[in-house]
Amino acid sequence: MSLLKIDGVWKHYRGQSVLRGIDLEVAPHEVVCLIGASGSGKSTLLRCVNLLEAVDDGTIHLDGAEITDPGVDPDEVRKRIGTVFQAYNLFPHMTVLDNITLAPRKVHRTPRAEAEKRAGELLARFGLADRAGEYPDRLSGGQQQRVAVIRAIATRPRLLLLDEVTSALDPTLVTEVLGVIRELKATGMTMILATHEMEFARDIADTVCFLDGGVLLERGSPEQIFTAPEHPRTREFLSRILGRL
Amino acid sequence: MTEEARPTRVETVTAAPETRSWVKSERQIRREAELRRRTRRSVSVATASTLLVAVTVVVAVTASPGWPRVRETFFSPTAFTEALPDVLRGFLLNIKIFLVAEVFILVLGLIVALVRGLRSPVFFPLRALAVLYTDIFRGIPTILLVYLVGFGIPALQLQGAPADPVTLGVIALVLSYGAYVAEVFRSGIDSIHPSQRAAARSLALSHGQTMRYVVLPQAVRRVVPPLLNDFVSLQKDSALVAMLGPLEALRQAQIHAASTFNYTPYLAAALLFIALTVPMARLTDHLAARTARRHLGGGGRA
Repeated sequence: MSLLKIDGVWKHYRGQSVLRGIDLEVAPHEVVCLIGASGSGKSTLLRCVNLLEAVDDGTIHLDGAEITDPGVDPDEVRKRIGTVFQAYNLFPHMTVLDNITLAPRKVHRTPRAEAEKRAGELLARFGLADRAGEYPDRLSGGQQQRVAVIRAIATRPRLLLLDEVTSALDPTLVTEVLGVIRELKATGMTMILATHEMEFARDIADTVCFLDGGVLLERGSPEQIFTAPEHPRTREFLSRILGRL
Repeated sequence: MTEEARPTRVETVTAAPETRSWVKSERQIRREAELRRRTRRSVSVATASTLLVAVTVVVAVTASPGWPRVRETFFSPTAFTEALPDVLRGFLLNIKIFLVAEVFILVLGLIVALVRGLRSPVFFPLRALAVLYTDIFRGIPTILLVYLVGFGIPALQLQGAPADPVTLGVIALVLSYGAYVAEVFRSGIDSIHPSQRAAARSLALSHGQTMRYVVLPQAVRRVVPPLLNDFVSLQKDSALVAMLGPLEALRQAQIHAASTFNYTPYLAAALLFIALTVPMARLTDHLAARTARRHLGGGGRA
């Protein structure tokens, strides 16, 4: 059974359709990369999945239960979904450790000692053990984004959404964040990434989806999408962004 | 971002720059001397112009035909020393009034600001009430409010309604300033970027938890300078309670002035208020400057 099932999702903003009937299924442990130009609907789709945006039509199921039903408590859904944002969105008035343990302690009612122990383990695993007591603005962009990833997975979500997590980073810092995502894939984390890093998408994705004008135009294995795209729009997009094909 | 590209990049980054020691150049020494000379010149110009203005004002005032009479009625040392103990005792009541009022003002202001931020339709009546409250009480001059509360509430002859003029005065100040402070808090809450809320909500924090742990701690830090500004203003307005009769600084000065036909006691009261508000104003400036520095991307804890 699929972990996430998106059926015919539409979303409008100010009379414009941003998502036009998106269908997508994500299996457990699958890594899906959403590619496409800015404004193609990648971020909006992610925001619909964690209910930061309400869909205007269609349904989304998580673990077989519909989450787009008006009676569903969004907080119960978000407890099972982690999100990492393009601009990190760490809480500037809290230390790294407090950023990570806030949700485990206040939402999941994990005792402080236990939450801090897990946070410490995650920080150590991603090379940030000595940063626990720092405030976010003392960290480099790459370090901040790694903390944001740890914050998102500290509550052991079923699904992780990553919204262009390297777009705000200096090119020299991109690799360290991508390294973390690679490691998460190795642990079997189910992920949906909106990304502009084509090399990385090709390397890490099980499935690549190409969005164009709010429509999921083409999906397939990275091999198929990057070497033999079927749709002319996909070909055009890839040749523009990769400068070849 | 290919793996092969990495080694070269790491090399350029870690290659140690050539170590050099700095010997100040002739050019820099001359530049610094010129800068010192300019600083000296602007300091002397500022001193000279300040002195000129001060002397002119003093001469103009003391040379005016009414000056001897003014000196007698406003600057009488004997009247000052006679009135000061009573005015000072009255001023302690002012301090008590604004300290007590400030606590209630902060609580009321925060509650009103939070109520205005509630989105659920269930809270519509509360939200409307909060809007009505800020609209009305920001519009009424504080002195009118002091009269209305001070004479209106006792006139109702309600069982258990406060009759003590100090309590009534505090209530009037709280109602008036609560409306201003609510707006200050609201602007602080609105100034927190929506992405902070999105991050908190995506971690499954409820609206209340998002406010309490993420939005409010940042908002309150930002509005400390404007809040202190309102606090300075409140210190002065504590004198309005004099209209209801309690023996605070202004009332004491009035009593002395009435019995001696000398206005120096007012000056004594004014000096006491200044002695308290000036340090507060400097603290406000200092905090505002610090906040500005941080927002301009300096280091430290945001």
